[in-house]
Amino acid sequence: MDPLGATISGLLDGYSSGSFSSEEAVRGFVDRVVAYNARLNALLDFDPEPALEQARAIDARRRSGEPLGPLAGVPIAIKDNICRRGEPTTCCSRMLSNYRPPFDAAVIGKLREADAILLGRLNMDEFAMGSSNETSAYGPARNPWDTDRSPGGSSGGAASAVAASLAPTALGSDTGGSIRQPAALTGTVGLKPTYGRVSRYGLVAFASSLDQIGPFGREVADVARVLSVIAGQDPRDATSVDLPVPDYLTAIESKGERPLRVGIAREFFGEGLDPEIESAVREASRIFESEGATVSKISLPNTTQAIPAYYIVAPAEASSNLARYDGTIFGHRAEDFGPKSEVEKDLPALIRMMMASRAEGFGPEVTRRIMLGTFVLSAGYADQYYVRALKVRRLIRDDYDRAFRDVDVILGPTSPVPAFKVGEKISDPLAMYLLDVYTGPANLAGIPGISLPGGLTKSGLPIGIQLQAPAFAEETLLRAARTFERATDWNTKRPTLD
Amino acid sequence: MDATATSMDYDIIIGLEIHVQLQTESKMFSGCGTEFGLPPNTQTDPVSLGLPGTLPVMNGKAFNLALKTALAFGAEVARFTKWDRKNYYYPDLPKNYQISQYDLPFSTGGGLPIPARKDGGGGGDVRLTRIHLEEDTGKMIHAAGGMSEVDLNRAGVPLLEIVTEPDLRDPADARGCLEELRLTLRYLGVSDCEMQEGSLRCDANVNLHIRTADGRTVATPIVEIKNMNSFSAVEKALHYEVERQFKDWEETGLTIEDAPKQTRGWSDAAGETKVQREKETAADYRYFPEPDLVPVEVDDAWIARLRAEIGELPMARRSRFESEYGLSAYDANVLVEQGQDVADYFDAVAREAGEAKLASNWIQQDVLREIKEKKLALADFPVGPEALSDLIKRVKRKELNTNQGREVLSRMIDTGKPADAIIAEGGYGLIGDKDELAAVVASTIEANPKALEDLAGGKKKPEAVKGWLRGQVMKQTQGKADPALVVELLEARLAELGH
Repeated sequence: MDPLGATISGLLDGYSSGSFSSEEAVRGFVDRVVAYNARLNALLDFDPEPALEQARAIDARRRSGEPLGPLAGVPIAIKDNICRRGEPTTCCSRMLSNYRPPFDAAVIGKLREADAILLGRLNMDEFAMGSSNETSAYGPARNPWDTDRSPGGSSGGAASAVAASLAPTALGSDTGGSIRQPAALTGTVGLKPTYGRVSRYGLVAFASSLDQIGPFGREVADVARVLSVIAGQDPRDATSVDLPVPDYLTAIESKGERPLRVGIAREFFGEGLDPEIESAVREASRIFESEGATVSKISLPNTTQAIPAYYIVAPAEASSNLARYDGTIFGHRAEDFGPKSEVEKDLPALIRMMMASRAEGFGPEVTRRIMLGTFVLSAGYADQYYVRALKVRRLIRDDYDRAFRDVDVILGPTSPVPAFKVGEKISDPLAMYLLDVYTGPANLAGIPGISLPGGLTKSGLPIGIQLQAPAFAEETLLRAARTFERATDWNTKRPTLD
Repeated sequence: MDATATSMDYDIIIGLEIHVQLQTESKMFSGCGTEFGLPPNTQTDPVSLGLPGTLPVMNGKAFNLALKTALAFGAEVARFTKWDRKNYYYPDLPKNYQISQYDLPFSTGGGLPIPARKDGGGGGDVRLTRIHLEEDTGKMIHAAGGMSEVDLNRAGVPLLEIVTEPDLRDPADARGCLEELRLTLRYLGVSDCEMQEGSLRCDANVNLHIRTADGRTVATPIVEIKNMNSFSAVEKALHYEVERQFKDWEETGLTIEDAPKQTRGWSDAAGETKVQREKETAADYRYFPEPDLVPVEVDDAWIARLRAEIGELPMARRSRFESEYGLSAYDANVLVEQGQDVADYFDAVAREAGEAKLASNWIQQDVLREIKEKKLALADFPVGPEALSDLIKRVKRKELNTNQGREVLSRMIDTGKPADAIIAEGGYGLIGDKDELAAVVASTIEANPKALEDLAGGKKKPEAVKGWLRGQVMKQTQGKADPALVVELLEARLAELGH
């Protein structure tokens, strides 16, 4: 058995059967990173030693028969906005280039307890703002299916790494689709859990009411395993919810109580949807029917309002969350903050220092969203924009509540287009924002969503299909995803890099 | 300016904004400690530093203390309350936003009592606009050489902001109101209210409504006074500001329509307020709901539970001490103002001994002096209410006279022993037998013939001579005689002898 192509189950089987050790597996992944990362730019300043050391320790414990955690010896790469004690956590921003948190994120603590092996940090859009990984201060990550193309964003590094088997699994974060969209563009499985299902403690905030950490994997079982480890209430996150964590792995292989009811919203098939993706979704619905599910048409009438609402709520929260980076206590501090114009002459040096530090530290997309967020919260405009966006958000939730009275999951596209070329959309922010059209609503509603491989375009690029479920119905969501996966072989397709 | 003449010409309009630091072990949104006076930045944690990735979690105790305060002042407690972010840039504000409450504070309405003044003024309530919770900011330290340093020990400390309506009409009432607030909050265990340590801070908004000669009423520009860090400073600053505003109006004629609200700082040393900055435009705080915290829903059971924890408040206790125990208003006030532990102690002693007036005297004169001298908390005072009431009962039964009682108490304090042990050891006790004492009186008079001569001769005042003789009798009995009985027997014997 080859550890490199393996899913988490494959790795765990290999370890227990003695086919390979954790150290061998990690070394295999490290070799692939060394071989391919220069082309993919998925991982940042990669030092394999700590991971190898951890692997050796786990092998020793395994040999001595010690009990091991559920992810023992499984390498997992971590998006650069999830804090690891003493390690750089920069959000791929110049602003945080020197930040090393003095604490582990809640999910990191849980992964350590589960004996997972932390394998490097992943490239991402700066502060998770972007849909192509091009806003990263470390340059874009590349799609292993075609390195001229983007792996999507903002968890582009995670998607690229898992798709190229630089790591079997990875943690990303999803604020408006940042796990699901890159999963779709790279032919991987990406899960955004219900808001509140996974602690956000230690996730550097972009938009607090939308952010959620979630896993990438090769198959549905991978994300189910990781979710079982990272889910659960955390006293350090007031928005994490006190509900028991089911064993998702068992759940996905069990039969549902009754045939699955799948809904497809008519609003999904509007302008901008790539025809190949549309037919993949229609094909998926036929597959569900052939697996015994009922498929019905539903309506999510406010879907079209989701993008405008999202691009008000998310920047509003971001403008506040990112206000702390002013060079005073932390964040990049400008060296030269002398007055640069007549207007600046009258400002106190402190204000000029903050202005210069922020101007130097943040890239253009982050700056754009801070400006947008500041504007929509301003006196005189908040009612017109922010408050209205919150009302739309409520309507979108109501749409879902109504739809989920009749169906268990909603099937649709993940991204309107397959992987696009690096540089193709970056100069057109509005076109870029439209890439979130199918994923953003789930964040506004707080419900879980998963993207899984659903086909390949004629030119050989992955197509992702998305399933969404009611809040905290991850068992149903994963079971439905597994039903589709079992009936297809799209998740076994791999890009060729050699 | 003739003060009496002008005081007829305007009303003083005062409203208060009071910040109270809640007495919690940890900060508003993290487990970080709140101890005062530690070296800069030693009382911090990732959350109160606002480190990326950290999240706030509400301190339940702080919320309960806040609710208790609102209930104590008769405020309406909101059943649904949420947190908001107030966004502004300041170096001592680590996140560059403060978590506060904006449009749905946990409490609205209610009132703070205004104590009656000696001159007959005061009384009634100042209405409360709202009480809300927020986190404190850090502190800037402006060091030498133009450098500024930031101390974040206070950042995240729970603060209660109490905003009153502009109902106060006299600087003395503003002070009285704050003093009563402090006492009440101490009774509630909500805050230690140490103004010097910044755990009670007050800003005052003040202006004048002046009645002009032509019968109009004009308002002077509103001034917000800051930096007042004692109760007397509040009163002085307001007096100063009243005079300044009146003079300013006489000189410039500027009214509230002509000038924006001004912020002035009070300097205790200079005894004056000085302009801090003009508020040209209202700051845009870009408030929005804090997405990292969940709203708080308060139900009836929660309110009932807290209401039950609120004991008798100072105002009520004063009047009960007067009506139940027949204490004077002065005595009732002294006992209540010492704080809840002293008032409770008095209650216990008065009930047990059945002698409220004596209990009040003993506590005010002996107990309080003792704890003040030894800098003790009442909880550490070695003589509990039962022991003190036992002693008072003995004095009342004339087993001891007052002076002996004082000595016994002092030894009880030193040794922690009960009164009966000390009385037995020390041979205290009164000569209760009238015949025995009459014999001592007779022999004392006999032994001092000069005293009788003095009485007969009229050279000395009879009261002085009698007093001296009484002293001799007390000496003979080593203080064990009942002084009142000695006087009675002395008078009787002298009368027998023709004096």
